[in-house]
Amino acid sequence: MNRLAVRDWLALLRPGDYMALLLAAAVCVVSALALWQGGAPDKVVVRAGGQVFAEAGLSSARVIEVPGPLGVTRIEIEPGRARVASDPGPRQYCVRQGWLSRSGATAICAPNQVSLSLAGGASDYDSLNY
Amino acid sequence: MTRSTIEITPTRDDGRIARLATAAIVLSVAEAAIPLPLPGVKPGLANIVILIVLLRWGWRDAVWVALLRVFAGSLLLGQFLAPGFFMSLAGSVTSLAVLGLVVHLPPRWFGPVTLSLFAAFAHIGGQLLLARAWLVPHDGVFYLVPVFALAATVFGLVNGLVAGRMLRELPVA
Repeated sequence: MNRLAVRDWLALLRPGDYMALLLAAAVCVVSALALWQGGAPDKVVVRAGGQVFAEAGLSSARVIEVPGPLGVTRIEIEPGRARVASDPGPRQYCVRQGWLSRSGATAICAPNQVSLSLAGGASDYDSLNY
Repeated sequence: MTRSTIEITPTRDDGRIARLATAAIVLSVAEAAIPLPLPGVKPGLANIVILIVLLRWGWRDAVWVALLRVFAGSLLLGQFLAPGFFMSLAGSVTSLAVLGLVVHLPPRWFGPVTLSLFAAFAHIGGQLLLARAWLVPHDGVFYLVPVFALAATVFGLVNGLVAGRMLRELPVA
């Protein structure tokens, strides 16, 4: 039985193999950067009763209060993320969704007719359509 | 007993391809027992056999062994004609096509590891395209590309090294 030394394994690699390996690693890094960071959202769109109620940048913290048929929905924005902080709806689905941080992510408070969605960047999915 | 009117005489090539395909099938069945975190991320151990066949007996034999592996392997696992079978077939066909091209690279510079890496990337490429076109008709599948690419790099390297080592140590049959 041969001893499996690292040296023996490395001897199997020819110069082009290192190039192919570098190329493969580059594909990993580039695809991760392109697909996982390019989709960073840069703005928040708040709709009430089907109309755009407010649009705000995602760079600074602020709170938006949206009136609806049931009462006021409070939307909280922090750098890079946003959430529905409180809502008068009975089931609180949009509040429980927590912080949204990906482009295309949407929280809908249907009873109060308010929705919060993140836009900008290369939005890679659309939770409303699919 | 009536004598059969059809005579099938297996040639030496047939016997060799059958033996090699058996090795590939055994590896893919064994691999199916390994629990994996994400569907589609697999070591692809059968590709070691495909690489050895390609480098020792040529592309035609590699196509036979790879396709027999896909069909018989899926029959054994109860996957025949299920989505997994088509994914496996798409990956195999793409990677055979790519192997048919890269096998012409100068062997002085490019060894089994290069072939293995190209085959692994072609495998995930073919599967992703089929998945995008048919199973998950949405660009969301491409979100997983970096994970698959990393798996292809790691397993491509390992399989290529093992194939290279085996080619060096196996007696020429």
